[in-house]
Amino acid sequence: MFKTDRYIINIGPQHPSTHGGLHVEAVMDGEEVVDVMVHLGYVHRSVEKIAESRTYPQFIPYAARLDYMATNLPAWGYVGAVEKLTGVAVPERAQYIRVIMGELSRIASHMMFVGSLAIDLAATTGLLYCLRDRERIMDMFEMTSGQRLLSAYMRIGGVSHDLPEEFFPAIRSFLADVPRMLDEYNGLITGNEILQARCSGIGVLDPETAIAYGVTGPNLRASGIGYDLRRADLYGFYDRFDFEVAVAQKGDCLARLLVRLEEIQQSAKIIGQALEQMPEGEILGKVPKVLKPEKGREVYHRIESAKGELGYYLVSDGTEKPARLHVRAPSFINLMVLPVISRGGKLQDIIANIATLDPVLGESDR
Amino acid sequence: MENLFVNLARALSVWLQHLGLSPFGSDLLLLVLQWTAIILIITLNVLILVWLERKISGFMQERLGPNRLGPFGCFQTIADTLKLLTKEDIIPSQTDRLIFKTAPMFFIIVSVLLYAVIPMGRDMAVVDLNVGLFYFISVGSLTTIAILMAGWASNNKWSLLGAMRSVAQMISYEIPLAFSLLGVVMITGSLNLSAIVAAQSHIWFIILQPVAFVTFFIAATAELNRGPFDMPEAEQELTAGAFTEYSGMRWALFFLAEYTNLAAVSALAATLFFGGWQGPLLPSWIWIIIKTYLIMLVFMWLKWTFPRIRMDHLMSLSWKVLIPVSLLNILVTGVGIEIFKGMRW
Repeated sequence: MFKTDRYIINIGPQHPSTHGGLHVEAVMDGEEVVDVMVHLGYVHRSVEKIAESRTYPQFIPYAARLDYMATNLPAWGYVGAVEKLTGVAVPERAQYIRVIMGELSRIASHMMFVGSLAIDLAATTGLLYCLRDRERIMDMFEMTSGQRLLSAYMRIGGVSHDLPEEFFPAIRSFLADVPRMLDEYNGLITGNEILQARCSGIGVLDPETAIAYGVTGPNLRASGIGYDLRRADLYGFYDRFDFEVAVAQKGDCLARLLVRLEEIQQSAKIIGQALEQMPEGEILGKVPKVLKPEKGREVYHRIESAKGELGYYLVSDGTEKPARLHVRAPSFINLMVLPVISRGGKLQDIIANIATLDPVLGESDR
Repeated sequence: MENLFVNLARALSVWLQHLGLSPFGSDLLLLVLQWTAIILIITLNVLILVWLERKISGFMQERLGPNRLGPFGCFQTIADTLKLLTKEDIIPSQTDRLIFKTAPMFFIIVSVLLYAVIPMGRDMAVVDLNVGLFYFISVGSLTTIAILMAGWASNNKWSLLGAMRSVAQMISYEIPLAFSLLGVVMITGSLNLSAIVAAQSHIWFIILQPVAFVTFFIAATAELNRGPFDMPEAEQELTAGAFTEYSGMRWALFFLAEYTNLAAVSALAATLFFGGWQGPLLPSWIWIIIKTYLIMLVFMWLKWTFPRIRMDHLMSLSWKVLIPVSLLNILVTGVGIEIFKGMRW
């Protein structure tokens, strides 16, 4: 064998496929990866510190900007934490609307995942197909809140607007088209042999490592552990819906893709049931004008975001602003396994691994 | 119409001799004119190709593609070219300046040279070499050196990785490319491209050599550095691979050369497997244009559908699949020719 020198190659922070300001420092031996270091903080916006100088309702748009790919889910998590802290009750209809919007956000995020995996493996057309379908969800967000990407739709005690008339035909036709969309993705992306060759057996995350690192969400479920907070920690009426937790066994990039595709299907199923069950009624509970939780109260509220367990830790000091907010960002924790699953692979596998871990840098850097 | 360009050249030659030039001088001048024409055609062709590729990818991806400048956005590439021409020429300080500047020129020269032997119509090869096919393959492989020069001179790890990938890829794919063409050469008994076209007057070689065509097509995609084999560029991994440090017109020259190569290889495929310029009704030079464009469309289709193959899969595809298959094809062709000869006796 040749004697070769190791060299360091910096992927990012300015790089086409790091999904934002992510800096991955790779120690390489030719095309082989010897070690990987993840450097974070390029998108740090000190969101947690900002929370301390905003009143509780004022922080909702900031929360929605944590995971901008699934904007309603982090907002839902935050308002859920505040409701737990203050004891504000949420009307039933609002809960259903939250489930619908949250699951739509999850579908949007997973579509973006499929598309960005495709384009990171250089199948440009795959991205455009996913974006085309995601666009319909964006349109529905616009109908409800007037904003497409970063709709601050959740409110403490409910949601900001009731669902408009035109929303229902739009979502029904969208749900009817979901199987067709998935067929298309399976034909163009999942079924492609080159993609399968590049994904199966790549970046294998075994269940023990996943648990040891605290990986959650679809990445954990791709490793064969069916842990889903929608089932494990009941919130938002998820016990009323009949759906299955998507699980894949192999823990490789392909498994992570398949879990997301399955979750799109299950989310569509949940939305369909929520539309059936949704009662008429109020969309906003009785919320005091000024929210002042008791001094010294602290809560931890967690939801199953599109990326994993998204937790909010809130401490109150008796004023209308939180004393401390901490976000348990799933993207941040999931990214930490990147070195483990990338070692020993090829340079091109790092890209596939980043894409399938699906980090959102706005959330991981906060 | 059929012999439009041939007659034009002949008339020009007669006229030049009329003016008192020696036959050698008029031939030389004619050659210069032919080359100028080819370079002009290539440049115009690339403008059309870039526009076409963007339109086609737009069509495949349910987008519109360029549609602002001119009808169907057809002046967009001209505007882009003007932009590239007027951009500041940035040469990073740590580069090997001489090699850095030569690489794009070398690349474009090599790809223009490819056109010398392709018969663009009846009697329309600029140089009718008797080893035309051999010349095409050997000159075509020189593009690797240009990419290696660019990658090395840029003094950038991404560039070097791209260049090294390119070299490994070219070495691996040169072999199945040449082997797959041997079947055609064995049937024709000649390396002269005009003779190969003439041999297809009854039946196209795609029917006699389907396996050779498939291996040739895959190997040619790799040779052209087009998706799914665009290793040297590999935008998603290597930012722009060997061309990372290039900008403005120097980068555009690489771009130009790649499209030039694409057209040349497609023309070669049309010549070897689809009867070259032969076809009914229309003049011969229109037929080769139609066939070349159809083959280029297939190249574009592949690029916009497939993900990029991984480097080690690329290598194993070449050494474990394409080379054995093309060798087997040579064997089968040889046996087939002998049987055919025996039947005729």
